Amino acid sequence: MMLPGLAYLIVNNYAPMFGLIIAFKNINFAQGIWGSEWIGLQNFEYLFKTTDAYIITRNTILYNGGFIILNLVIAVGIAILLNEIRSKIMARFYQSVVLLPFLISMVIVSYLVYAVLSIETGFMNKTVLPFLGLDSISWYSEAQYWPYILTIVHVWKSVGFYCVVYLAAIIGIDQEYYEAATLDGASKWQQIKSITLPLISPVITMMTLLAIGRIFYSDFGLFYQVPMDAGALSDTTNVIDTYVYRGLMQLGDIGMSSAAGLYQSLVGFILVLLANYIVRKINKDNALF
Amino acid sequence: MTHENKLWQWSANLFMMAISIACLLPFALLVISSFTDEQAIISNGYSFFPEQFSLTAYRYLLDQSQELLRAYGITILVTVLGTSVSLIITSMLAYPLSRRDIPLRNPLAFFVFFTMLFNGGLVPTYLIYTQYLDIKNTIWALIIPGLLMNGFNVMLMRTFFITSIPVPILESAYIDGATEFRTFRSIVLPLSLPILATIGLFQTIGYWNDWFNGLVYLTDPKLFSIQNILNRILTDIQFLSNSGLGSNAGQSMAKMPSGTVRMAIAVVGVIPILIAYPFFQKYFVKGITIGAVKG
Repeated sequence: MMLPGLAYLIVNNYAPMFGLIIAFKNINFAQGIWGSEWIGLQNFEYLFKTTDAYIITRNTILYNGGFIILNLVIAVGIAILLNEIRSKIMARFYQSVVLLPFLISMVIVSYLVYAVLSIETGFMNKTVLPFLGLDSISWYSEAQYWPYILTIVHVWKSVGFYCVVYLAAIIGIDQEYYEAATLDGASKWQQIKSITLPLISPVITMMTLLAIGRIFYSDFGLFYQVPMDAGALSDTTNVIDTYVYRGLMQLGDIGMSSAAGLYQSLVGFILVLLANYIVRKINKDNALF
Repeated sequence: MTHENKLWQWSANLFMMAISIACLLPFALLVISSFTDEQAIISNGYSFFPEQFSLTAYRYLLDQSQELLRAYGITILVTVLGTSVSLIITSMLAYPLSRRDIPLRNPLAFFVFFTMLFNGGLVPTYLIYTQYLDIKNTIWALIIPGLLMNGFNVMLMRTFFITSIPVPILESAYIDGATEFRTFRSIVLPLSLPILATIGLFQTIGYWNDWFNGLVYLTDPKLFSIQNILNRILTDIQFLSNSGLGSNAGQSMAKMPSGTVRMAIAVVGVIPILIAYPFFQKYFVKGITIGAVKG
């Protein structure tokens, strides 16, 4: 019964792990993966000699670090607000709408962004900036704006998901705490501070540490589709995932690309173990393993 | 209701209303611009209040419907086939793992779990699928790599089986002479509809929205899904005129409403998910909750 599933994992997940040896080889397709010549750590040497390695590592960590903090603060904030809303219909409506961006593909998101930022016809350049009396900006060639743009797009798209997770945790809190607090004359703000936040902190800790464990992996769609693969922006939009993709598909530089991929997998693995170790220290029940 | 509570309700609603609008506005811009006259967009840009409405983009899509229909067909085929196979193999792997009496239970669970911690990355995966499995430019490229099954879903389902299927029911089935497979099919699966629905929905959204496999493994536009077509058009305006989507004799680039047609295809691409969403929202939220509680 288990055979199809196991076979799939072997092909899709385990075989590529062994394929990681190509990071140590000078790949020559005529000779195949096994026949190609071993070159030790040369691919890594090349990778880390370029400024690329620094840029992609910096971007990956800064973006994902920022995303973790923003997702946490905004999603918890919205979840608490949603829980306060009395009208069932409105609460359901808000919840559906906030989750909506999570359901669409990054390609569609990049269309939405394009409609706003397109240089000649975008909503920003044609409506907003003239209204404010400012000059047009050619968004797709000026890298300095993209940290903000990508952050906004990311929060817009994913905050609904985290919000539902936290809302589920809040709904699970026993109502008696609030009733007792109200009797004692606690204000809303005091209730949130002393009941809601402490009681959902296990979920918050777990979600955050999981995200920290994956800080070396980025949402490829966000960093590839939304800036539309524009080379002029690569200073602020290139992350490890897009670097690996470009190395493989556009430049054909398999050596460097697989070295970057192994760097990502290894550091990612270590971070997951570390994050899990920390969760275990704090609360054994929340640990993954 | 006390005065403080009323004030609180008002501000909470106001704030959520603002957030909802921020979530919806980009969709509105997309839909409105797809109904806008091409010239109006060229002169005034994308706008919430266009000077001239027009159905040209959609008429154009209808004229070119063959290409679009094929892409739609491929998207639907991939979504249905992928989701069903995924549910079958995920549950067939998760169920035995949930049983206390199978041999090698812990090593097998670790075998599944480890895939969540470490992976080979894009380059080796790509080489295995293209060099050894010859998946390039086949429909399988859209179904198999990465999406078909993942460790997380297996673990989620296993937890559900462990916590929600009472062992005595299984035992009584064996006493009645049912085989393992029959027990699984006629007892376990019908009792597991909530988790099947949840994972089915995750998979459906994943397949419907996937463009990455097409980007990596397809070069033949005949196999493009809706998302791949959208992806190609956005980065490459020429694609509209070069592919079947614009190659009709006598169709000149100048005449083609490229800006609004893009938006119209995007609208056509999101509509199925938006229509389906209210029906599956219940399961979706429940699914996220199960995932959050378990981790």
